[in-house]
Amino acid sequence: MKPAAFRYRAVGSLEEALDVLSEHGEDVTIIAGGQSLMPLLNLRLARPEILLDINRIADLAFLEITADAVKMGAMTRAATVEHHAEVKQVLPVVPQAIAHIGHPQIRNRTTIGGNVAHADPSSELPGVLACLEGSVQLQSKTRGTRTVGWEDFFQSVFTTDKQPDELVTGVTFPITEPWRYSYQEVAARHGDYPVAGVTVGILEQAGVLEQVRISVVGVADRPVRLRTLEERSSGMAATAATAAVLGRFARNEVPASDDVHVSAEYRKAIVGTLVSRTVSSLLEEIGP
Amino acid sequence: MTDVQQFSCTVNGLQVSTAVDTRTSAADFLRQELGLTGTHVSCEQGVCGSCTILVDDAAVRSCLLLAMQLHGAVVETVESLGGLDELSTLQQTFSAEHGLQCGFCTPGILMTVEAAKRAGTSAVAVVDELLPGHLCRCTGYDNIRKAVQVYLSPEA
Repeated sequence: MKPAAFRYRAVGSLEEALDVLSEHGEDVTIIAGGQSLMPLLNLRLARPEILLDINRIADLAFLEITADAVKMGAMTRAATVEHHAEVKQVLPVVPQAIAHIGHPQIRNRTTIGGNVAHADPSSELPGVLACLEGSVQLQSKTRGTRTVGWEDFFQSVFTTDKQPDELVTGVTFPITEPWRYSYQEVAARHGDYPVAGVTVGILEQAGVLEQVRISVVGVADRPVRLRTLEERSSGMAATAATAAVLGRFARNEVPASDDVHVSAEYRKAIVGTLVSRTVSSLLEEIGP
Repeated sequence: MTDVQQFSCTVNGLQVSTAVDTRTSAADFLRQELGLTGTHVSCEQGVCGSCTILVDDAAVRSCLLLAMQLHGAVVETVESLGGLDELSTLQQTFSAEHGLQCGFCTPGILMTVEAAKRAGTSAVAVVDELLPGHLCRCTGYDNIRKAVQVYLSPEA
């Protein structure tokens, strides 16, 4: 046994989970897929008093597609979304990004809510959420439900707006036709956390980029949007030359610092390359 | 403070009802409580794949699961393949194609391929997407890929 001792509570309903959180909030760590938490428990970097297991709450494993969003429950598994035929059609960027999370054997357990609530600054889905301008649903016993936009939700490394008595119940990925989105990343090995990952959204009309959105993960303490680039690129021609220019803009704007793996300069270069590559691939999809 | 709780599941066709310290991982439970040491543990952070088992037909890392989370599940380990005297077709294929050397990573790989077979996953998808979830430090993977090919698409 590697984790420090904890009290394990497996609950079967949302009400029970909220009761436990309401009573013991500060002392509770919630386990969903556990694919990031279990190593942290084993290393004793996480030493919760109470481990609250929400895997048995069947109501939290849902996937609902409406005209303007794909809504997923906190306990919806990454593998379910990755292979969901309808999601692939209406919001392909989500399965595309999920395919980069760990390995298929990991994604069989990974949950959408857990991935987002963990708020790893290199994680793929928070970046997608930032580009799509998605939101997170939270619920507590005393204050009911609330919806928090991505920008307020992700606060820092492993830190979100979720309060100790709250549970992440769902995540909303907006559908914004006729925008097109794509996710690409560079990692040392497939399945590793990326050096950097970019989500690009473009709104193209008659050969012109009406609007562009770009989010980057792996470069700061939370997903960042490249707002200056987004403003400057509006109205540019939808061409390969523009893709290259946007890559340069991204390289200049993105914040980055050295870490044990790569230098800040290298990381900026990677972001530039990823942005021009991803814009190119989206323009190719549209065709001439 | 020890938190011992009761749970039950099916392991390799046998109903198991028992109590564990709740911080026991599924891998440690299978190995130490049930003596099913075919499930190997190495990295214990989900990277190497040697502890892969089937839980309700899905290939998952037993090192990243708590034993308690097996409650109500159908669990299968490498010991469920073949019998004491006879290897399963999957095992025979790995043996015939030299899909292993030291064999440490093999139980996990076999369980991943077993899950893929049940799900009807193509050999190409197994080689491209599922095998990267397993580290083998001996073979260089060529013969593992060959064994997967032969097992999943024998006519090719």
